[in-house]
This record gives sequence, structure tokens and C-alpha cells, in this order.
Amino acid sequence: MAHSTGKIIGQRILGAIPSVIGVIIVTFLLTRALPGDPAAFFAGPAATAEAIAEVRATLGLDKTLPEQFFLYLGDLVRGDLGTSLTTGQTVVYDLATRLPASLELTLAGLVFAIALALPLGILAATKPNSWVDHGVRLLATAGVSLPTFFTGLFLIYLLYYRMGIVPAPLGRLDILYSAPPPVTGLYVIDSLLAGDLALFWAAASQLFLPAVTLGLFALAPLARVTRASMLGMLSSDFIRTARASGLPPRQVLFGYAFRNAMLPVITTLGVVFSFLLGANILVEKVFAWPGIGSYAVEALVASDYAPIQGFILTMALLYVVLNLLIDLLYVVIDPRAGVEA
Amino acid sequence: MTSTTFQHTRYVISENLVTFGAFALFLVLTLFAIFGEAIAPYDPLASNAAAALQPPSAAHWFGTDQLGRDILSRVMVATRLDLGIAVMAVALSFLVGSLLGTCAGYFGGWSDRIISRCIDTLMAFPLFVLAMGLVAALGNTVANIIYATAIINLPLYTRVVRSEILVRREAGFVEAARLTGNSEWRIMARHLFPNVLPVMMVHISLNMGWAILNAAGLSFIGLGVQPPTPEWGIMVAEGATYIVSGEWWLALFPGAVLMMAVFCFNLLGDGLRDLIDPRMRT
Amino acid sequence: MRRRRLIQTSMGFAAGLTLAGGLKACSSDDSASTSSSAPAETAEGGAESSDATLTVVQGGGFPNSLDLHRVGTNRPAYGVSWVMYDRLMTFGKKTLDDGSISYDYTVLEPELAESWEMAEDGMSVTFALRPDATFHDGTPVTASDVKWSFDRAVSIGGFPSFQMKAGALENPDQFEVVDDQTFKVNFLRPDKLTMMDMAVPIPVIINAKLVEPHLTEEDPWGAEWLNSNDAGSGAYTIKEYQPNERIVLERFEDWKSGPLPQIKEVILLNVPEPGNRRALLERGDIDVNFTVSEKDQTELDATGNFTVISTPIENCLYSVDMHANPQLGGEDNPFGDVKVRQAVSYAIPYDAIMDTALYGQAVPMYGGKAQPDTVAWPQPSPYTTDMEQAKALLAESGYPDGFETTLAFDTGTQEWAEPTVILIQEALAELGITVNIEKVPSANFRSVLVEKSRPMIINNFGGWLNYPDYFFFYAYHGQDATFNGSSYKNPEMDTKIEAALASEPGNPEYEENVKGFIEMAWQEVPRAPLVQPQLGVAMQPNVSGYQYWFHRQLDFRQLAKA
Repeated sequence: MAHSTGKIIGQRILGAIPSVIGVIIVTFLLTRALPGDPAAFFAGPAATAEAIAEVRATLGLDKTLPEQFFLYLGDLVRGDLGTSLTTGQTVVYDLATRLPASLELTLAGLVFAIALALPLGILAATKPNSWVDHGVRLLATAGVSLPTFFTGLFLIYLLYYRMGIVPAPLGRLDILYSAPPPVTGLYVIDSLLAGDLALFWAAASQLFLPAVTLGLFALAPLARVTRASMLGMLSSDFIRTARASGLPPRQVLFGYAFRNAMLPVITTLGVVFSFLLGANILVEKVFAWPGIGSYAVEALVASDYAPIQGFILTMALLYVVLNLLIDLLYVVIDPRAGVEA
Repeated sequence: MTSTTFQHTRYVISENLVTFGAFALFLVLTLFAIFGEAIAPYDPLASNAAAALQPPSAAHWFGTDQLGRDILSRVMVATRLDLGIAVMAVALSFLVGSLLGTCAGYFGGWSDRIISRCIDTLMAFPLFVLAMGLVAALGNTVANIIYATAIINLPLYTRVVRSEILVRREAGFVEAARLTGNSEWRIMARHLFPNVLPVMMVHISLNMGWAILNAAGLSFIGLGVQPPTPEWGIMVAEGATYIVSGEWWLALFPGAVLMMAVFCFNLLGDGLRDLIDPRMRT
Repeated sequence: MRRRRLIQTSMGFAAGLTLAGGLKACSSDDSASTSSSAPAETAEGGAESSDATLTVVQGGGFPNSLDLHRVGTNRPAYGVSWVMYDRLMTFGKKTLDDGSISYDYTVLEPELAESWEMAEDGMSVTFALRPDATFHDGTPVTASDVKWSFDRAVSIGGFPSFQMKAGALENPDQFEVVDDQTFKVNFLRPDKLTMMDMAVPIPVIINAKLVEPHLTEEDPWGAEWLNSNDAGSGAYTIKEYQPNERIVLERFEDWKSGPLPQIKEVILLNVPEPGNRRALLERGDIDVNFTVSEKDQTELDATGNFTVISTPIENCLYSVDMHANPQLGGEDNPFGDVKVRQAVSYAIPYDAIMDTALYGQAVPMYGGKAQPDTVAWPQPSPYTTDMEQAKALLAESGYPDGFETTLAFDTGTQEWAEPTVILIQEALAELGITVNIEKVPSANFRSVLVEKSRPMIINNFGGWLNYPDYFFFYAYHGQDATFNGSSYKNPEMDTKIEAALASEPGNPEYEENVKGFIEMAWQEVPRAPLVQPQLGVAMQPNVSGYQYWFHRQLDFRQLAKA
């Protein structure tokens, strides 16, 4: 099995190389096709033609496209993603500080979605075609039908502005707190590691609303897969056998059916995670969440090339890694998959 | 065949009122898309400074916006544009995706490898950012929003069609067609592709909802259609700034209609899935 | 010869100022920083210092560097630099007619320099530094730090050097260390702007010894290190710096260059959603909302629970610019016809724009006298909404049946510009002019301005210095600067502008020329003025001390919280 795992990793990574190269080229071309002249933009409004030319030279934008591309590649090889003109920091620094924020939000959204989708899915599967089943389906579909920015703003209005039961939408921490010493980069976990419960509570309560907003969006696929997978399991022979042999229904449901129904759910989880990571851009913008999504949007609006390139490349790599993880997880859960691969 | 389909349909509808409701909603939306402009109570573009930011009333059921335009009329008229964007985008990605997927699935070999590689590359992009980048680069016109939405949906169609074709490539009826002297293209167009269509319908319906959301998201970032064209996403995005100051109707009504439309397409997709293959229901 | 030189230098300064001020400088919804304070008594004097923490939110841009000499440093960054660093001198303050406080550019006051003395020949100035002033690391501020900082500003290139040059500060040789406490600036030529230019945000005094270890061959001025590190002697130190997210400033207890600020800690937060900023203020979670839309200014003020101060932005105008050349993009341009421009100026629904787009939070720039009787700028143009007049003018023009055209605006100014263009579109349709609206992303709008490729744009231009000749030099002069959105070229106009630039205010020749070019601008209307915008700030009632600055950022040092 170790052998096959290694082989999967190797195959996956080799197979991803052309895609990543494609992403690099397309992104480069896309940024250069953006309207507006970054030199004119960053030189300031009253800059003279010479001042703009000077800034253009500083930014290396006076070179031909192929030259710029090879310079970019050279920097990339050295791990240098350039500097963001919008934030004034290197792109590597920005991504490194912001990626954990996005991951934390996405993971929290996912946890919320799982916590809701699994019971709902199981409930629907135990009573197929009942009103419960239809209700679950309607609820999940409604979740995926909401524009996240609309849900987010509405929840802020209701729960913060009107009722005051959630903290202000001010990013990852309330203004009184400072970030915990970074270990994982996820404030919720780092604060626990630091043993600071107040900080944990502060981070968790900031996380609540954006995570719910994002999680609602992930409810539908998870609930559906859970339901389908459970339905399949419950009608399978071995469950019937277990039932027939008089095992308690709870044990049949959770002990046997649920455990075996998890495989497709976990696969879907991976897909949903990578989808959410891309979809949280709008949620980040609404909640002033300092993640990489809002970062990319700002860079795009300013035609700031380096951060856009860095962001898309990071996301592409994440996508590759995530797919790899899903495959490996498959192997762990279902050893047959590994043998086949 | 026809009568069994009919019976099956009737069975599905009677078993599933939700889908029936969704279908009715779809009809209403279509009616608004066609006749919205004619039945709208006010000119959706006419401003009226004296009636700015009025809450819902008998005269203005959905209230008025910051320029005194009637929100109900704007929402109604926007139906055509929003559905239009979704339909065009989905149709475009369906056509191109099907073509690519059929080629990849049927011919295999190099064409498969090249097409699959390209699609893999596309999949590796954060898709919403790619759409944003495309619209920003090409300019924010309706056509470009459609192209961008179509491109990011392309992988889905290509992949589904490819795998469906792959399964059927060696099937008996294909072999039979080949033996009776049909050309490759004819086999693909007349024999293989029609078999894939039902499965694709489900994806199309689900995808329509997603395309509407995508266009709305682009509007929220500021990459939507040009003002003063009414469009749900822009209306929600611009109305959102008024929520806190108490003018909730600016965002709520277009948002609710937007949600209903997406909801409707998602439920329809589910229903279609039941219709085509009850076992597929998830 | 002398006249010509003066023109050049004056132009230079104006350029620098406007450059720093920024294109969006004019719009109040632009990136801003915060500050606030009621027009009343402020915490003057260190005796009142307290442990108060001030929480400020801003949107539409967040300080993106601690080094304002860097390429791409945005305007909000001036607010942080302003309190983190000292300059040799600062400006005085005055009370405006409405009771609010503003800086006074006619008065220079000591900051890091205790005193200064002009040479008898007027060709140099000698500054005596405060003997007790120290940098944040405790080392004393010496004249060699000052020299290094000035050298950096004139040598690093880009905007800072440009701004320094505007005050005839061009060459490191001009700066002389006399002794540890004495710094001398030699003038290249007499220039009325030199002294002022040393009090603007650019010539900050940097701790040269602290930066020294970080200097490299490629980076001789330590730009990389200073970008995210504090090397100042100002009233506040950087306690926490999370780019684009939050900045925490802490009072520097040993600050000697002015009265110790009352606020001990300032927390500056980036909140992009305007609705959230308002909600935060209304919920009492923050003290100051510096980026307030016109609508929120009106409504927050109406609640009576907050201190809302709106100051008209000096020398700034929102306008509709119409491309004035006979040809545009190789085609005949209707706006080349002055009758068409006048017709449009009479068709604009000014009052509706004022009410629905700006919620009354601006100074109307229409419905004035036919001829200017003062040299104040901006002042209302004679145009009002008069459809009959507009139709008559269009009938007399070369386009009696109207035409199709495009009106572009910057997405960054969407809040007021979008309703404005829609109202204009509607009004011009009555004249038979079909207007297509084009919403241009901010990054691209700069290029639109530079290229002058659109027939009509919504422009918002303002300069730092409150002189009409500077405004006109950038907005109406045939040099065709970025802000001449109509690409207007008229030698007669140029002559008047240059003559005004070359003379001093108060001089009859100056007055005559200024009134002359203002009147000409009204007759020719390459730009139809709409309003003078206001810079708004909304604060909790216990916050006081707000002062309007030409850089349009908050000065945290002046704020106090009860």
C-alpha cells in the first residue's frame, strides 16, 4: 500500500505540471490584457509623461512581453512572486499572512455545513419521499440559491446591527485583541494552543457569521450526497442482514450504514472545499475578512499584476494538492481503491 | 415509448409537487422575460427625484430606489436580461463543451489528451477570479459577462459529455451504425450525442442557477452591466449599501427574486433528474 | 526671464500638490483616514493626556506603506506618516466661517525645528532643531538625520523628488549640516513656495542611523526596510502593522515637537463596506468613521447622536468634462462646437443631482452671476437647468437633431457619479442626445484621463493650494495635463492663466486675469461645473479636535476623547 501511495503522489504531481504551466502562461497573458496602465495608475494623477515612463521602467513594464514573461519565470523559480503595489508588501508575505485567514474561514464554513448537512442527509434518507425529505431538499437548495454577498449583508444587518448578538464585522478579531502567536495560522486553533480562552472566544465569534454565510452555500451538495449514499447503504444487503439479525436500529444506522456511506461524502467534501475556497471571495469582501480572495479582488481592480499572478498560482497549486489529498484519503478509507490505482 | 414517458412524467409530478411548483415558477419567469417590459407599471429607467427612496406602497409595491425609479418595474424588466445572460452562457458552454467532449470521448488518443489537458488547466483556476479577470480584461459588457460565464462552465460540460461518450463508444448500437457505413461525424451527431442529452439537461438546469449567481457576483465586484440597465445582481449590490440606513427594500426584492430564480432552476434540475433516471436522484 | 522662471516653479508646486492630492483627492468618499473632532476646545497641551483609545475605520483604501516616498504609496498612508514622522515645520490653524477648524497655509509653525532664520539675502534658511527631540528608539534627532532625509526626498525619484522640486529643492548639495542642532538649506533661486514645501507631508525626518544597516547597493535609500518599519520621531509609534487590515499607533511619550496628544492609542481598521462602517459607528463600536458617504453624512447628522463635520474641499470641483477638440478618435466631435457644450450645460439637472446624488452635502456650483466678481475658486457658474435655452442653443449648433455619445465615470466614485450620469443621460435624451454610460474601473480610469479618449467624462479634480490659477493650469491650460479632461486648448486662456500664475494675489493684474479666465471658462464651458464636494467625518459625540487638512487625512495628534 505504501508503494501504491507513493505512486499515486508521483503520478499526480507529474500529471499536474502541464496544468500549472498552463495556468502560469494564461494568468500572465490575462494580467497583461487588463485595461489600464499600472504605471499611470501608480505614478499618481498629476504625473507627467516622463514621470509615468519612469515608473514604467521601475516596474519593468517597458520591456517586451516575452522579456517580462521570462523575467517573471526567473523570479518564480527563485520563489519571488514580486511585490504588491496595492499593499506595499511582497506577494509572498501577503499570501502567507492571508492564506490562513481564507483557510480558516473555508474550514469553518465546511464544519458548519457538515454539522448541518450530515444529520439532515441522514434524516432525509431514513424517511425518503416524506415531507422531511422534501423539506431538507428545499432547505439545502435554498442555501445554494442565495447570493453569498446578499446573505452576508443581510445577516450582518439582522444579527449585528439590529440585534447585536454577533460581534462587529471587523475581520478576524475584535479590535481589543491581538493575534495569537502563529502556529497553524488559524486563530481559533492558535488561541487554544496558547491557552487563551478569551482570545479563542473572540476569534470564534468573529468567525461565526462569515462561516455560516459560506457554509449555507455548501449545504446542498453535502446533504444530497449524504442522503443518496445513506439510501444506497440502507437498501444494501448487509444492512438488511444486520436488521434481520435483530441489531438495534441506532447501531445499524450509525454503526454500519453511516460508516460505509462516508466515502462518497468525503470525496464530495474535497470538491466542496476547493469550490468554497474560490467562492469565499465575496464573503471576505462583505466581512472585511483579510483573506486571499479579497486581496485578489483589490489587485484586479487596481491592475496590480504580481498579486493576481501570485493568487491564481497559489490557488492552482492548492487545487492540485487538494485533489491529491482526496485521492490519498480514498486509499486510506477504501484500500481497494489503492490497489486498483 | 411516448406513453410510458408521459406516465412517468405524471408519476414524477404527482409524487413531487416541489418540482411542479418549480416548473410553474419557471413559466412565470419566462412570461416576465417575454412580457416584462410591456406589463411593468412604470418606465424602469425614468427617474423621479421627488419619489426617491420610498418604502413599498400601493403605488410602488417594491418601493423606489435612490433615483425614484420603481423597483418592481426594474425587477420585472431585468428578468429578460438575467435569464438571457444565463441562457446564453449555458448554451454557449454546452455547445462548445459538448463538441469538445464528444471529440475527446469518441476519438480518444491525442485529441482526448489535448482537450483533457486544456480542461484540467482551466479547472485549476479559481474560477470566479478567472471570470472576474476575463470581464475586467475584455470590458464589462453583457457579451463579455456571457463569455466569461461560459468559459468557467466549460470544464463541466466537456467532462460530463466525454465520460458519457466514452461509456457508449463501444456500445452495440454504435458498432451497428458504424457497420452500416455511417461516417464518424454522423455517428457522433446522430447516434451518440442524442443519448447524452438527457443527462446534460440536468446539468444545464442546475447550471442556469449558477450562471445567474455568477453574474450577480460579478456585479457586486463592480464588473456587471453598464448603468442604468436594470439587472438583479447590480440592484442587490447597489441596494446593499442602503440596508443599514433602513432602506432594505432596495436590496431585498431584487435579492429575493434572484434567489427565487436560482432556486427554481436548481429544483427543476433535481426534478429533471428524477424524470430522466429516478435512480440518479440524490 | 524672471517671470518665466516663477511660472515654472509655481507650476511645479501645483503639480506636486495635485499629484500628492490624488485624482480622487477631491471626492470625499475616497480613501481617507480619520480624525475628528468637534469644532470646540481641543486637548491643547500635554497636561490633558489620557489613556484613551481611539478606534477609527476607513474604507476605499488603507495605508499601504509606512514610507510615503515609495512608488505606489496611497493617500491614506499620508495620515499615518503624518503622525509617525515629524517635519521641520507645520502649518497653523484657523477657524472657518461655519465654526470648523482648518489648517492655515499662510502660517508656518515650528515642529521639529525650534526656530529658523532667513538669510539676509533671502537665499538660505537656517533651522535650529529641538535639542531634546529624540527618535522612537531614543537616539537624538541630529542635523545629519535631517540632511539624509532631505537628500533621500530629492534623490529617490518619483513623486517625492517631484514634490521637492516644486519648492526648488532639487539637489543634495543644497542641504548643509552646520552642527548637530543646526541645519541649513541653500536656495537655488528665490521661490515663494520653498518654505511651504518643507511643511507638506513629503520632507519627513527619518532616523538615518537606524536605516543605515539596511542600505544596499540596489536599495541605497532603504526603501524596502522603511516600507514596513518605523524610523520616525513623531507623536505616534507603530505598535502593530498588518497591511490592509489594521494599524495600531501608540503615543510616543517623549514627543517634544508639539503638545503631547490626548489619545494614547489609535486603532485604524480597514472596513471596505460602507454599510458596515456606518453600522459600526451607530452601534458605538468605533469612535470615528472617516470615509462617510454624502447620504450617511446627512442621515447621521440628522440623528443628532454623532458629530458630523463636512468641510468643503478646497479648490476642488466635480464636473462634466466635454472633449473640446473638433475631432476625437478620427471622427467629428459634436462637443467641439461651443453651442453644444453650452446646450448641455443648460440641460444638466443640477438640483436633482444635488439632491439625489449628493444628498445636499456639497456646495452648488451653478446658478451664479454671469460675470465673476471675486477671484474665489471654485465659484458658481451662471448655468442653471433651462431646457428652453438648451434646445435653442442646440438648434443653433451644427447638431440640431442631436447625436449619440458616451459619458464615462470612475467606478471608484460610483456612489455619487452613477446617479449623476443617469440623471444627465435622462436630461440629454430630451435634447435628442443619446448618451451611453460607461462605467470604468478605477485602474483604467487614469488611462482614460491620460488618453482623453472619451467625449464626456465625470471629473473630480482638486489641487492642494487654494489658488484659481493652479486649478486652471491643470484643468484648462493648453499644456493638456491629465486633469484637463476636455483636452481644452485655447491660447487666449493660456495667456491669462500664465499671467495670473506669474503675479501675486492682491495685485490688480492678477485679479483681472483670474476673473478673465473664469469668465472665459464659463462661456466656453469645456467642463460644466456641478458642485464643490465636501470631506465628511462622522464621530461619536465625545470625540473632539478634528481639523481639516489639505492632505485630507486625519491628524490623530489633534483629536481628543472625553
